[in-house]
Amino acid sequence: MAASDVTTAGPDDRRARARAFIERRHRIRLGEIVPWLLIAAVFFIFPDRTTFGTQVLIAIMFALSLDLILGYAGIVTLGHAAFFGIGAYTVAILSARLGWGEPISMLFAAAVLAGIGGLISGWFLLRYRGLTLLMLTLATAVLLQEFGNYRSDITGGYDGVPGMEIWKLLGVFENDLWGHNYYIYTAIVLFVVFIVVRHIIYSPFGQALVGIRENVRRMHAIGSPVHRRLVISYTIAAAIAGIAGALFAESTAYTTLGVFDFDNSAKVMVMLILGGTGRLYGAFAGATIYMILEDEFSKAFPEYWQFGIGLVLVLTVLFARRGLLGLFEDVAQYFRRSKS
Amino acid sequence: MPSFAAIISILFDGLAYAMVLFIISVGLSITMGLMGFVNLAHGAFAMAGGYLVVSLTRSLGIPFLPALVIAAVIVGAASIPFERILYSRLYKATELDQVLLTIGLAFMSIAVCTMIYGPAPLTIRLPSILTGQLDIGVRTVPTYRAFVIVVGVVLIAVLWYTFERTNIGAKIRAAVDNRRMAQSIGINVDRLFTLTFALGSGLAALGGGLAVQTFGLTPSFAVLYLVFFLLIVSVGGLGSLKGTLVASIVLGVFDVGGKYLTPEAGGFFIYALALAILLVKPAGLYGRE
Repeated sequence: MAASDVTTAGPDDRRARARAFIERRHRIRLGEIVPWLLIAAVFFIFPDRTTFGTQVLIAIMFALSLDLILGYAGIVTLGHAAFFGIGAYTVAILSARLGWGEPISMLFAAAVLAGIGGLISGWFLLRYRGLTLLMLTLATAVLLQEFGNYRSDITGGYDGVPGMEIWKLLGVFENDLWGHNYYIYTAIVLFVVFIVVRHIIYSPFGQALVGIRENVRRMHAIGSPVHRRLVISYTIAAAIAGIAGALFAESTAYTTLGVFDFDNSAKVMVMLILGGTGRLYGAFAGATIYMILEDEFSKAFPEYWQFGIGLVLVLTVLFARRGLLGLFEDVAQYFRRSKS
Repeated sequence: MPSFAAIISILFDGLAYAMVLFIISVGLSITMGLMGFVNLAHGAFAMAGGYLVVSLTRSLGIPFLPALVIAAVIVGAASIPFERILYSRLYKATELDQVLLTIGLAFMSIAVCTMIYGPAPLTIRLPSILTGQLDIGVRTVPTYRAFVIVVGVVLIAVLWYTFERTNIGAKIRAAVDNRRMAQSIGINVDRLFTLTFALGSGLAALGGGLAVQTFGLTPSFAVLYLVFFLLIVSVGGLGSLKGTLVASIVLGVFDVGGKYLTPEAGGFFIYALALAILLVKPAGLYGRE
């Protein structure tokens, strides 16, 4: 170890400091409880809107999975809906064709299959960057969609899979008319997924992902296994997107090939950008606001809604590149500075 | 095994399809090759061309052919402010920013077209000379498709001449090869890009006008065929005229053939083919590594 000879601090000392740094970042801050309190509060304040709330939670999970690769590892993908779709179709085919409708085990199956999809496609695709990667991810999602259309005897094509039968949760809780049980179920799954993602991004592995995003050449130079790390993060994100897709199919008992649409990939990206990338809670803020606005406006004024989303995207790119949470931080900082 | 007549039909229809794809995609390829700009709003310019042709022929009673040219000129001119005000700010930005900006523009264009023209598909009344069938010896073919092929071939010749034999073409090729070097020997790359962008958007509008009859025109046109245009551009190789042409013909003919021979497999094989080509040659068939 020639390097340690010239520095004053020994390797153990430096390792201890690095460890302290990682642990400090990992510590849970008080403010982090707020989104979970809100999720719980919504259940009691709007008991008749929990079906919609479930969809919001699913969107949050989907956006969170994208944040892991887009926000942290810097992988720009236009085909993230592929994994959401794999998850949804795992549930659809298990419950409608294979006669197995147990919700929790289907989540695991969806995570595994979507993860395998992420592993295989990621292993091939993540050697490329830039435009090629954009095209390859886009083509992967379209390819899956076309394959589903090709085998529409199994998938039901664009009309959806008929006759999905989802069993009761734990054999007790039914997906009732108000969707109370599924709201709780989705919230719990989201919490578990969130803990996993949070753990990953504050770990040394997560730091390495940020390093790849910031300067891939330097990461290569210090001997970091860049490709392997990208593939691992891509696989995990795919598995989480798969769980989100599975929850979608379970909660609505309905899936069509539309889940693979480019629109779906674009939508989740818009949600994440709106909230802010690479900041963990951006997915929460972005997905919630997007879903509420969509619910309010998309039915009543579809053209204005689409125009508004487009305008927001353009303005975000030009003026608020760090998303709503970034804007919020800027405003907070402005007030703090003017006070002192 | 398909009959001889069927093969002729596939080749002919595929070629007509490929010409439309080429006319729309070529501008995208050049602008992407020049600035490395990911322009997902290119389909919106094609769509604008289609709707303009519809408006010009229906409301103003202008014949189809002049309407095509007028639409191309208007869209080409209208694209210049977009390039100057919005795109030029993001040349040095990440792909993600470019993707987001242009998706945003595409969404807005879809919304505007829905407001003006409604969501239902529109058609154009063609002049009687372009309707009906044409006998080409081995088989009769739709006259309109023959017309599209002729337009395509003429445009290819013009573009090839501009690219390979004129001063401006040499500048564009130089800038695609090495932008910094081109800049340092005094080529105004910014202005060159504005020019190519306008030209590419105009061509897209022309292609969009031609496509109305074969693809159908709805506000979702801007995104619906975008995947296809982007694939052609990346399979052919950025900034390569030849690559875009080859990719258009290969993907166009295979798509028509695939849908004719195995309708249920649909576009599956075409995307598998594109994916395979990109995996082997990530920079495209004629792109620079």
